[in-house]
Amino acid sequence: MELSEHIKTANVEDVTLKRPFHPALRGTLCVTSHHLLFSDRKDEASWQLLILLRNIDAIEKSVENLFGYPRAVGSSGTITIKCKDLLVLQLEIPGMEECLNIASSIEALSSLESVTEMYPFFYRPSHLTLQGPWGLSSMEQYYKQTERLWDRWRVSTVNSDYSVCPSYPSAVIVPREVADDMLIRSARFRQGGRFPVLSYCHHRNGMVIMRSSQPLTGANKKRCKEDELLLQAVIDGSELGYVIDLRSAQQAQQARMTGGGFESKSCYSHWKRIHRHHERGKVVQESLIKLVEACSDPSHSVDRWLSKLENSKWLSHVHSALSTAGLVVECVERDGHSVLVHGSEGTDNTLLVSSLAQLILDPASRTVTGFLCLLEREWIQAGHPFQQRCAHSAYSHARLKQECPSFLLLLDCVWQVWRQFPLALEFSEALLLRLAQEAYASNYGTFLCNSEQERCAAGVKENTHCLLQSLLKPDIEEQYLNPLYEPTDLAIWPSVHPQSLQLWTGLFLRWTEYAQNMVEAREEVWSIVKEHRERAGPDQTNNTLSTHCETLTPFENLMDELTIL
Amino acid sequence: MEHIITPKVEFVKLLNRYHEKKSALGTLYLTATHLIYVEQINDTRSETWVLHHHITSIEKLPLTASGCPLLIRCKTFQVLHLLFQREKDCQDVYLSLLRLSQPVKEEELYAFLYNPHQNEEERRQGWEFIDVANDFSRMGLSNEYWEISHLNKNYEICSTYPSVLGLPKNASVAIVTGSAKFRSRGRLPALSYYHKDTKAAICRCSQPLSGLTSRCVEDEQMLQAISQANPNCPFIYVVDTRPKLNAMANRAAGKGYENEDNYSNIRFQFQGIENIHVMRNSLQKLLEVCSMKSPSMSDYLTGLENSGWLRHIKSVMDAGMFLAKAVYEERASVLVHCSDGWDRTAQVCSLACILLDPYYRTIKGLMVLIEKEWISFGHKFSHRCGHLDTDPKEVSPVFTQFLECVWQLSEQFPSVFEFNERYLIEIHNQVYACQYGNFIGNCQKERLEMRLHEKTFSLWPHLLKNQDLYRNPLYRRSLECTFLRPSTLPLHFKFWCGMYNHYDRGMHPKQSVLDKLLSFTQKKVEGEQTMTELQRQLAVADGVLPDPSGPINTPAEQDSPIENTPTATVVQSNGSCAPLINGDAEEAGPGVEKCNEKEGAEPAAPEHDLTSSKDKPVSVETEHSKEEVQESS
Repeated sequence: MELSEHIKTANVEDVTLKRPFHPALRGTLCVTSHHLLFSDRKDEASWQLLILLRNIDAIEKSVENLFGYPRAVGSSGTITIKCKDLLVLQLEIPGMEECLNIASSIEALSSLESVTEMYPFFYRPSHLTLQGPWGLSSMEQYYKQTERLWDRWRVSTVNSDYSVCPSYPSAVIVPREVADDMLIRSARFRQGGRFPVLSYCHHRNGMVIMRSSQPLTGANKKRCKEDELLLQAVIDGSELGYVIDLRSAQQAQQARMTGGGFESKSCYSHWKRIHRHHERGKVVQESLIKLVEACSDPSHSVDRWLSKLENSKWLSHVHSALSTAGLVVECVERDGHSVLVHGSEGTDNTLLVSSLAQLILDPASRTVTGFLCLLEREWIQAGHPFQQRCAHSAYSHARLKQECPSFLLLLDCVWQVWRQFPLALEFSEALLLRLAQEAYASNYGTFLCNSEQERCAAGVKENTHCLLQSLLKPDIEEQYLNPLYEPTDLAIWPSVHPQSLQLWTGLFLRWTEYAQNMVEAREEVWSIVKEHRERAGPDQTNNTLSTHCETLTPFENLMDELTIL
Repeated sequence: MEHIITPKVEFVKLLNRYHEKKSALGTLYLTATHLIYVEQINDTRSETWVLHHHITSIEKLPLTASGCPLLIRCKTFQVLHLLFQREKDCQDVYLSLLRLSQPVKEEELYAFLYNPHQNEEERRQGWEFIDVANDFSRMGLSNEYWEISHLNKNYEICSTYPSVLGLPKNASVAIVTGSAKFRSRGRLPALSYYHKDTKAAICRCSQPLSGLTSRCVEDEQMLQAISQANPNCPFIYVVDTRPKLNAMANRAAGKGYENEDNYSNIRFQFQGIENIHVMRNSLQKLLEVCSMKSPSMSDYLTGLENSGWLRHIKSVMDAGMFLAKAVYEERASVLVHCSDGWDRTAQVCSLACILLDPYYRTIKGLMVLIEKEWISFGHKFSHRCGHLDTDPKEVSPVFTQFLECVWQLSEQFPSVFEFNERYLIEIHNQVYACQYGNFIGNCQKERLEMRLHEKTFSLWPHLLKNQDLYRNPLYRRSLECTFLRPSTLPLHFKFWCGMYNHYDRGMHPKQSVLDKLLSFTQKKVEGEQTMTELQRQLAVADGVLPDPSGPINTPAEQDSPIENTPTATVVQSNGSCAPLINGDAEEAGPGVEKCNEKEGAEPAAPEHDLTSSKDKPVSVETEHSKEEVQESS
């Protein structure tokens, strides 16, 4: 079925558009295969609103005269469009039939299942070409650039045909002394074949963060020699490593009943296991739904708001993610030991914790390029199933399947770090907001599919443009930069006191007047900084950079984590 | 001094609330005005100064194996948990502090001892610096509707009101005095703010003595006069900021609220702000939440909700917003009262002023506002802050709530206030410190009787001198946004960590955008000053060609004293610029920075700080940062 066959009515005149905090507009509404286009009818300088249909999360229609005569004069309908980026719009459409047609077209076209029918495959802006490499970096390139890895680590292409682990990229970094056939055995012992691979090697002490999925020990405590040797090779002679299991001890025990399990002390004698409970999947998705619902609650009761905020548990998830990332950092940086992180599948919380830990530890991941590379490596290539997780956002009435806002949670946590270290990250909140939007609906192919394998099969790299590249080329937009950025080598350790964590108003109140005030404040910051730079000239700005590194206070984390160890 | 049993105790532990390992070991000193805790690690010395007046409670906790704990809570929300080795020391310090932190007589207050190195002339100027009468003329008084009245010059009509009042022109003396007799404690309707553009006014008073049936013709005429003073609106709002139930209960006691039937053209409205006792308990609960040891997110949010604190803040904000909207949008005058009209009324009127008039959003404007709505209209600072050992039921964080409302606004509008958060916190600390005379006493009359202007100094010049610390670099003096329209949706009300967890540095952002931007803007000011100076020296050096219209801001085009002018400005720019950069440090004398460098020596001896101002206790933060630097190295 052609996409255009879904479109029953392509054009409607005299539509009224209502947006929050803007006056209502009248104009023409147009539905295309991938977009909803509204334009007011002033000839000169006409104002247009273009919404990617993929961005529409839910559509609600109320039609007057529904049971009356179909073409009654003056019948009209209202469509409420709720977008995945949390914008809510209302369209008043004259003519009941048109209204219903538009609504059903949007419904059909916004929930396309086939990847190749999605807009990134049709997006052909004149300034971008499809030639050249796709993405920012590959695992091989990352390895080449990271000298500290060369000695003890190697790139393995054991997964080059995605047969060992369908959700891993074709190349992974593993201990040098571990041969590919051992990796294959270890993969058979891990859920989804996600055997332990290197995520990060700390620039200070060479300790590493590994990630994997759970071992398949099962009810009768199966073992896998190769898996044990692989982990032994990771710590290479040092007497201790930590397994940070992102489930409670009880959940890990229960997982054995369904074939999963954990690294027992008897089999992995040099690894110490720490359990940290993290919610996953549906629970987190429901948190997002509840939080967004609470944010749009018109009630004026503070108690009601606070209790809804609490009840959503969103901030609790932020809290646990940052705490556990802090724990990983503590093990690596302070305690000087390597860490293996996993939950069950190793595609959500595992990536969340490992990438946050890197942001805290690694100055390179705090630049724009570094951060985008981190996301590419730890989320896109590492096989976070974006298509499943971001199929719907907070408004959808569809029955939840695999949706989970893990990536949004990551961005929220990064924002929390940024708020506590407003000078330490090169990028701005605007970049996080852009990424939050693009993950759910995009012109680019970056967040399509669930793994490298799927992307290959669908020809994503050949037929779509890469968001990460376009963010950096030709020049990164000023709005994505933090004007106050001052690089520091130290770990930036966020406080996880509940008082220190806040609702990410930039995202959740994005479409309110409040956001406008914040934009003005940001512009003011920019203008102060620019004025300062002009005055100071280039050499003086360098000066402030170097002095800053000495003044930053690195460890003001008050967690008692290590005392638990 | 006679209350200090032991002036110095060694080997006292200062417990870190979150990290027992990070606890410090040091020496505790008691001086006449401060408690000083000195910690010496190698070459670095950190001091924690706590003003006795800031101490709100001292609690001896049960003996532990490691020593005798003493818990000191401050009005600045600082909490010190000390551990003594010997029971006797603990007991001595406990008894001393008990006495020192609760002065019985006014003369014992710090302000009567403190001298910021000013002579009598400077003192006089300091007190005259903020003059409420000037604000009346700024608003455009007197005019054809309002006049400045001296009827209360001997505080005979109302003892808790200022001597100068703004009253409607067509209210006769008989009406004014009659109305005063019908109002609780004589607090008659008087002008709080006159909005030039709409000609609408905000007036304030106390509750009427209406009881169940009483009425008073003069009071009715008074409200009529207020209404007639506004040609733009045929009615006035009468806002009772109390919950309806509280107001009703007052009727039985012969007080109450205006009966709409008796007054012509009034629109009566309740606002539902709770009383001082509810607010005191709410803060108590909030502070319990703040000091939970390691709460989960849910514990914290539930605690925050149960404290009701943000609900109360919002109720104040809602009421302020109601007044401002009535004036700005409906062009209607408003008469506001609560019970006595010195707590909730002060909060609501001053908030409305900030929403309506950008002047009050400046550093000086806020001083004027506080002077006008709080100090001169008789907010009972002595009672509400518990300056003296008096009825604890009179204590209530009413003024703190006002400051918080301003902070909440500044969070929603980052560019409309000239000052930053530190200014609000500094004012808060000073209100409780009694180091300056402004906030001593309960009303103007009382202050006059205490001869505060002769015996103490005013806070405002001190704040103004340090204003560079308090500036908001994002401030835009834009005229188009004169009326602030905050969203009062509950999600905009945030917990003020900077105030209630001020001393828990670990909770705050580790890098400060404010400091960064301030350093930029400060450099700009300096740069411009040197630039102007260089240009002017160049011009002078060039000879007889000082360009008066050029970039040089010559004060005047005087030709004759060519040689004097430049030298004069050099002195001026040095004099005005240098102390501004680290103004406080200089005045602090034996304060932090200097002491930290020295080794071993005892801290500023007890008698020392009678003359040297140690206004800000140098909190644990210094100690933290020191620690961090060490760890990182």
